[in-house]
Amino acid sequence: MKQFWKSMLRSPSGVIGLIILVLAIGVAVFGPMLFPNSPWRMVQRPFLPPFTLSTVPLGTDALGRDVFAGLIFGARVSLLVGLVSTLVALVVGVPIGAMAGYFGGKTDDALMRFTEFFQTIPSFALAIVLVAILQPSIYSIVASIAVVSWPPVARLVRGEVLSLRTREYVQAAVVTGQSNTWIILREILPNALSPVIVLASLMVATAILLESSLAFLGLGDPNLISWGYMVGAGRTVIRQAWWITVFPGVAILISVLGLNLIGEGLNDALNPRLSREGR
Amino acid sequence: MLSFVAQRIVKGVIVLLAIVVLNFFLIRLAPGDPAAVMAGEAGASDQVFVQQLREKFGLDKPLPEQLFIYVKGIVTLDLGFSFRQQAPVAKLIGERLPATLLLTLTAFAISLILGVLFGTFAARFAGTFLDTAITVFALIFYAMPIFWVALMGILLFSVTMDWLPSFGYETVGANLTGLAHAVDVGAHLIMPAMTLGLFFMATYTRMTRASMLEVKRLDFVKTARAKGLSDAVIQRRHVLRNALLPVVTLAGVHAGTLIGGAVITETVFAWPGIGRLMYDALLQRDYNLLLGVFVTCSIMVLIFNLITDLVYRLVDPRIEFAS
Repeated sequence: MKQFWKSMLRSPSGVIGLIILVLAIGVAVFGPMLFPNSPWRMVQRPFLPPFTLSTVPLGTDALGRDVFAGLIFGARVSLLVGLVSTLVALVVGVPIGAMAGYFGGKTDDALMRFTEFFQTIPSFALAIVLVAILQPSIYSIVASIAVVSWPPVARLVRGEVLSLRTREYVQAAVVTGQSNTWIILREILPNALSPVIVLASLMVATAILLESSLAFLGLGDPNLISWGYMVGAGRTVIRQAWWITVFPGVAILISVLGLNLIGEGLNDALNPRLSREGR
Repeated sequence: MLSFVAQRIVKGVIVLLAIVVLNFFLIRLAPGDPAAVMAGEAGASDQVFVQQLREKFGLDKPLPEQLFIYVKGIVTLDLGFSFRQQAPVAKLIGERLPATLLLTLTAFAISLILGVLFGTFAARFAGTFLDTAITVFALIFYAMPIFWVALMGILLFSVTMDWLPSFGYETVGANLTGLAHAVDVGAHLIMPAMTLGLFFMATYTRMTRASMLEVKRLDFVKTARAKGLSDAVIQRRHVLRNALLPVVTLAGVHAGTLIGGAVITETVFAWPGIGRLMYDALLQRDYNLLLGVFVTCSIMVLIFNLITDLVYRLVDPRIEFAS
């Protein structure tokens, strides 16, 4: 563990990514307590430009709502949806991949055809259709992002399990008569963890992009403000008020960039062999 | 070669059938009784009419039979009727498809050419300032949501500089023909295609760079060098050709993402393609049209995957087709 933090902190992208993530989580957790202005309430005249009033530092939107408050409350939705949908995707993808890799044969074939099928369907189009049909809410958004993002997890885990399955310590566990579940959970999966963690960090970033795109198209949870929704709402008035679209976009960019950098840092720290090859 | 193509087509058709079945159940998941919804959309919701609709679309029949009717419809290119637009779904999609193909293929070409170019440069000058600059730009473009890039493009090139048109496919009412029309469409195409292309350009840059650096280290490159081949020939014939393989695979994997990006790009730029159609269907909760576009997108992805599979076999020096 100490070794891990050491190499993580040695990679510049990992450090920058960690700083960004800690800041983003800080804003999401404590922001709404420090700036309790509701992002839905009208606080000033509409189209107030940014940097004119210290109480409304980033100006107001077409309805006089505080853009800064929107950014702070939006951080919660973006990070939460990103994290939870990735967790759900892992819960679906890891067992499927593990079973396919461990049992092989027909099980593997069936599970992998199923996975490939989901990988072939255009993911964003499917997410749109699912949210539209299930009606937009935070649950349907998380569910549809998870539905479109688990296949890579299953494929990755399957590959890892396939190679770990022939290791001697796994063979030893088989010989001593351990149950399949025990072997998969205690012997194999812990050793397949590092690439899954790297993938998961990148998936959170993709999930945030997906959520913001859905919200931009008007498929966000109508009760929660999110960055994608803010950009979508500011789109029609972009000629009068650039700030309504610019700031939430920068927030998305920075969060996604941070998570991608963490992914690279984790990759360097967890797979030192690959990082030396100049990835 | 032929048997390979045939095998892939059979596989594609099976996947397509599965998608159609999925689509059928998604329609059933949509809120409300389809017949009542259709009646409402048609503007008359008395019981007799609803019953007529039910019979007409086979909604009074058992589920497996409904599924059969639905699949039969799709095979004969009947994707249902859009009451909102008062036209068959297949016709609406057919009208919009060329614009989407123009947009996605242009964006794909831009992203692939620029991505491979930048990636090659970065790998060639690995560790230098040029490499760092390219890598940082690729990271940033990779993290930007497409809809935001589109809006920033409009803000910069239409609102501030007034260089490029911000919406549409051509200048409305200009009635241009021939070359002037092509130039007009091209001017409208630049921003949407660049917007859509940038994200993928970033991924191809990263992939090309990483895989060029990996291939460079392999033994056959050393052999080529030992043979006394010039650096340019080694880079082009030995390194790049092998390094392109994962890029081609990635291009296939990205086909679906490209279509998804087209939905957003077309929405922002009012580009009259099927992505924009999907957005309109979404706003009006026109489920027939929505799912029709979804099936069309899936078919496009399947065809694109088939093409990338073939290209992979053509590029890969290890696979030779016995003709």
